[in-house]
Amino acid sequence: MALNKEQIARRIAQELQDGFYVNLGIGIPTLVANYIPKGVDVVLQSENGLLGMGPFPFEGDEDADLINAGKQTITTIPGSAFFDSAMSFGMIRAGKVHLTVLGAMEVADNGDIANWKIPGKMVKGMGGAMDLVAAAKNIIVAMQHTNPKGESKLLPKCSLPLTGVGCVKKVVTDLGVFDITPDGFKCIEYAPGVTIDEIKAKTAGRLVVADDVKEMVV
Amino acid sequence: MNKVVAGADEAVKDIPSGATLMLGGFGLCGIPENCITALVKSGINNLTCISNNAGVDDFGIGLMLQGRQVKKMIASYVGENAEFERQMLSGELEVELVPQGTLATRCMATGYGMPAVFLLAGIGTEVAQGKEVRNFNGKDYLLEHAFDSDYAIVKAWKGDTQGNLIFKGTARNFSPLMAMAGKITIAEVEHLVPIGELDPNAIHVPGIYVHRIFEGKNYEKRIEQRTVRKRNP
Repeated sequence: MALNKEQIARRIAQELQDGFYVNLGIGIPTLVANYIPKGVDVVLQSENGLLGMGPFPFEGDEDADLINAGKQTITTIPGSAFFDSAMSFGMIRAGKVHLTVLGAMEVADNGDIANWKIPGKMVKGMGGAMDLVAAAKNIIVAMQHTNPKGESKLLPKCSLPLTGVGCVKKVVTDLGVFDITPDGFKCIEYAPGVTIDEIKAKTAGRLVVADDVKEMVV
Repeated sequence: MNKVVAGADEAVKDIPSGATLMLGGFGLCGIPENCITALVKSGINNLTCISNNAGVDDFGIGLMLQGRQVKKMIASYVGENAEFERQMLSGELEVELVPQGTLATRCMATGYGMPAVFLLAGIGTEVAQGKEVRNFNGKDYLLEHAFDSDYAIVKAWKGDTQGNLIFKGTARNFSPLMAMAGKITIAEVEHLVPIGELDPNAIHVPGIYVHRIFEGKNYEKRIEQRTVRKRNP
């Protein structure tokens, strides 16, 4: 069985390490915050100007002046700090944020990512994605393995306009976990009930399977 | 030094058609609602607007788009606005999409008197087209220019009659940077106080950058994504 969104988020949460400052993008990445392992102390950065992002507010406590980068109402927690957008991207650019998790339309087997534009159709803009992928030390992509038409999103080369070049380190999809290596996508885990043959069939980019590939624990 | 004007209409009345405006806010959070209403009423057009987003269809800069007042929009993300996307895809509206950190830093450069900065974002993408590239310590960077902005219009939480500003929560976002970048900067504030009432340690933008200030009214402060959790019974 392919993973659902919550399970993808739960698997990515296993990558969090104590002391990490983490930026979570919109969509599946946001869900990662719900599965931070016990005993792992991380601080969430929201690029609109907050470190120490707390959970959604209780009903009635929403504050229009307190949102995350997805424009959702949120809360602060003890230790939170506000800052302006230049400082926010300053800390990203200077490498202070340890991990960025974001979604993608396409990832190439060399780590290129496309997630901001479909020429002639969808033009929403890159928001902070280009800044994040250019600067973050560690970038994990959370996405479905195939698009709604069933076509692979793990490609030899992105067909859409790029967001960043050679920057993705790891991809977690509903089918498995893949490291970006000089040999292409390296499958290190497969989702429970998913076969390597299925992964091979649905991966258009170069794919190698790790010798010690194992079933994902989610 | 008293910079107080009567209200939004007076604050924006000399802005001519064709001007370049910076407008603070992230999504609808921290936008200068009163001044946007006054700009819509004024009917000026042919504007170049620099703002992270373009509002939604019926609020924020979206209201100015409806009235075809905007010739060119410089923004990082415009996904919440169907009319924007329509005008952009049909070619009615000129659009420059800029990575969010680059947008913020170009505003910052203006306010700090720096003509340009070297930034990493967009290397190897279409954002890099036509831009000068310099290599520092083995990495390529894009030369990004400061903005030239006739007016900056921001909303702050508190301000004093001398133009000192304090922002609240994530409504700060681009606003301090833009406030520093306008040739003329207009600040609308939720609370206007006499000088001496704000703690000098707490001021985000010193009044030297602010030319006009007034206390806004009837703030709607619309929330785009109301996300909540249930209280435990």
